[in-house]
Amino acid sequence: MTEQKHILSILVDNQPGVLSRIAGLFSGRGYNIESLSVAATMDPLVSRITMITIADTQIVEQIIKQLHKLINVIKVYALTGTSYVQREMALIKVQAKPERRAEILRIVDIFRCKVVDVGQDHYTLEVTGDEGKMTAILNLLKPIGIKEIAKTGIIALFRESK
Amino acid sequence: MKLTGAQILMEVLKEEGVDTIFGFPGGVIIDVFDELAKTDIKHILVRHEQGAVHAADGYARASGRVGVCLVTSGPGATNTVTGIATAYMDSIPLVIFTGQVPTQLIGNDAFQEVDIVGITRPCTKHNYLVKRTEDLAGIVKEAFIIAASGRPGPVLIDLPKDVSNTKITYKAPKKINLKSYKPTYNPNMNQLHKAVKLIKNARKPIIFAGGGVVLSGGSKELTELAHKTRIPVTCSLMGLGAFPGTDPLCLGMIGMHGTYRANMSSGDCDLIIAAGVRFDDRVTGKTDTFAPNAKIVHIDIDPTSIRKNIPVAVPVVGDCKITLGYLNRLLDKEALGDLETKRKKWLDQINQWKKTKPLEYKQKNIIKPQYVVEKLYELTKGEAIITTEVGQNQMWAAQYYHFKKPNRFITSGGLGCMGFGLPAAIGAQVAFPNKLVVDIAGDGSIQMNIQEMATAMQYSLPVKVVILNNQYLGMVRQWQELFYEKRYAATGMEHAPDFVKLAEAYGAIGLRATKPEEVEPVLIKGLASPKTVIMDFAVEREECVYPMVPAGAPITEMLLV
Repeated sequence: MTEQKHILSILVDNQPGVLSRIAGLFSGRGYNIESLSVAATMDPLVSRITMITIADTQIVEQIIKQLHKLINVIKVYALTGTSYVQREMALIKVQAKPERRAEILRIVDIFRCKVVDVGQDHYTLEVTGDEGKMTAILNLLKPIGIKEIAKTGIIALFRESK
Repeated sequence: MKLTGAQILMEVLKEEGVDTIFGFPGGVIIDVFDELAKTDIKHILVRHEQGAVHAADGYARASGRVGVCLVTSGPGATNTVTGIATAYMDSIPLVIFTGQVPTQLIGNDAFQEVDIVGITRPCTKHNYLVKRTEDLAGIVKEAFIIAASGRPGPVLIDLPKDVSNTKITYKAPKKINLKSYKPTYNPNMNQLHKAVKLIKNARKPIIFAGGGVVLSGGSKELTELAHKTRIPVTCSLMGLGAFPGTDPLCLGMIGMHGTYRANMSSGDCDLIIAAGVRFDDRVTGKTDTFAPNAKIVHIDIDPTSIRKNIPVAVPVVGDCKITLGYLNRLLDKEALGDLETKRKKWLDQINQWKKTKPLEYKQKNIIKPQYVVEKLYELTKGEAIITTEVGQNQMWAAQYYHFKKPNRFITSGGLGCMGFGLPAAIGAQVAFPNKLVVDIAGDGSIQMNIQEMATAMQYSLPVKVVILNNQYLGMVRQWQELFYEKRYAATGMEHAPDFVKLAEAYGAIGLRATKPEEVEPVLIKGLASPKTVIMDFAVEREECVYPMVPAGAPITEMLLV
C-alpha cells in the first residue's frame, strides 16, 4: 500500500501528560509524527492537537483507532480526503546585504508576508500559508541565504458545509 | 465528615466491593496500610511486588472481579511493572495503588521517588497521579470503571504521601461521567446480517475463540453457536476453556504449538468466525499465508484488534457475549438446512487429520512431561484451576489438560511472563479457598518467584506446584536443538535447589517422582494433601513440544513428533 500524508485533528483533555501519552503511542508502535501543534481551544479544559503523519491507509486506520482508545482523547478527525483549510506560520531569518534588500522586499510583497525584525545584515520575515506557499518562498530565499527558521507546524480545520 | 486521603480510599474500596488486596508496604504508603488494617478488607502480604500483581491477576482471572494491589513508591512501584505488563497484554482488570513521595518533593529525586506514571504509561489502560485529596475518590471510582469495562486492563493510581494523610471534608463523589470513554458493547446489526449470510453459505467454516469470550462471560453463547451451526471450534491459548475441550466439535488450540487438525483446518477453511481474539503472531504464523481461502468475521470489543494483523471481511465491534447472543437469535430465524449432511465432509476431513496426526509423545522408561499433565488431568477430572509458568510447561498444560469451563486456565499468554504461575495460583486460591489450584511449572520459571511459597504458607493456601523438571530452560533449549544445531547456550539449569527440601524449608510438603510408575502415586498423595505441596517430577531432559510451527513459517507447516 502507498504511504500518504494524513492530517489528524485531535481534541484531548487539557491535562499534564496527555501529549506524552500520544507521543508515546506513536513511538511505541513505530508510527511517525511529521509535525505537531498543540494549544488550548475555546474551552480551557480541551486542547486541539494538529498532527501530520505519513502512513498507508491500513496504518492510519490503526493510528486513529489507537488514539481513540486513549482515555484522554475526546475526538479524532481525519482531515485528509475531506475539505479543510490549513495554515502554517514560519519565522525566517534571511541574510540581507544592502544589494539584496530590494529583492527580499519584493518577495515579501509578492508573498504578502511581513518583516518583523531588521538588523545590520538580516531581516526576519513572518510568513503564513499552506505548504505550497511555504515551499515556494523558501526556494526563493535559499539562494539569498537563510540564517535560521522556526515553523509552527500545520494547523487545520474542516470547512463547514455551506 | 473530615477524613484523610487514606480513610477516603478505604471508603471507596468498600463501596467498590473490594474484599482482598495484595500488597507490600513501605515508607510513603504506611498511612494507607494503617487504615487498611482497620477495615474488613483482607490483605495478603506477598514477598515481592511482582508477586502482588500476579496474585491480583490470578484472583481476577479466576473470579472475574477486579484485582487490587497496594505497594510503596520507588522500587515497590518499579517491581510491579512486569506484572502490570502481563495483565495489560492479556486484558485483565486490575487497579494498582503505588505510594509516591509528597507532592512538593515530586521531581526532586527524593528518596524512593520514581515517575511510575511515566514508566507505566505504555503498559496500563490508563493511569493517574493524584495531586489533591479532593480528587482521590473520583479518580478511584473512574479507575475501577476503566479497569473492568470495555476491553479490561490494569489501571495505576499514584498516591503521594500528603494526598493520603491530608484531612478534608469528604463527600461521596457523584456519578462518574467519562465523556470520552464509551466502549461499544452492542454490535451493528447490519454487520451481523452479513455474518449470518456468510455462515449460511460456508462449506468449511471454523470458529476461532479467544480470551475475549472468557472475559465477557460468553462461553454459553459460543457453545450454543457452535452446536446450532455445527461449526468446529478452535481456541487461542487465552481462549482455552471458552469452549469445552471435551466437545466433539473442539479442535483444540491453534497456533505455533496448536493441534494438527486446528492448524490444518485454518489453512483449509472458507470462513473463520473469530471472537475475542487479536490474531497474534503465535496464532497466524506467516500472516500472508494465514487462512488463504477464508473470509473472516471478526468480533471484538476493541476496534484496534480488528484489521491490525489480518484483513477482515466483516468487522464487528462489540462485546463477545452480547454479540454472539444476537448472532444466535438471528440464526434462529434462518433455515440452516440439514447440517449433518452439509458438514459431514468437512468434519470427516477434520477427524481424518485428528486420526492421522493426534497429539502424541513416545512413552519411554523415563517420565514424560506430557504424561504428568495427562495424569493430572485424569486425577482432577479436568476440574482443577490450572495456572502455568511460561515455556514448555505452559504448552504441555495447554495441550494435555482439556478445560471444560472458562476461567480455569490461568496463563501469561501475551507477555509470556516466567514466574507468573505460583503467585497467580495464590491469587486464584484466595478467590476460591475450597477449589483445587495447581501451578504447572518448569524448574526454570518456578525459581523466578519461588519466594511466594512463604506467602502461601502464611495464609495457609494449599496450592499445588507440579514441577516438570528437565534441568533446562526447556523452550529455549528446544529452539537451540531445532534451529541452533544444539548449541545450548545459557539454558542449562543444573544448579537448581532440591525442590523437596526447599518445600520443607518453607514448611510445605515436598514430593518427588523419578520413574514413570511413581507419577500417579505422587500426584494422588500431593493433590489429596490439605497443605501447600511441591511435586518435583524428573522428566525427560530433551523432550520437545510438538507440533511446532517455526517462527515466521505458515501455520500449516508443522514439525511433528
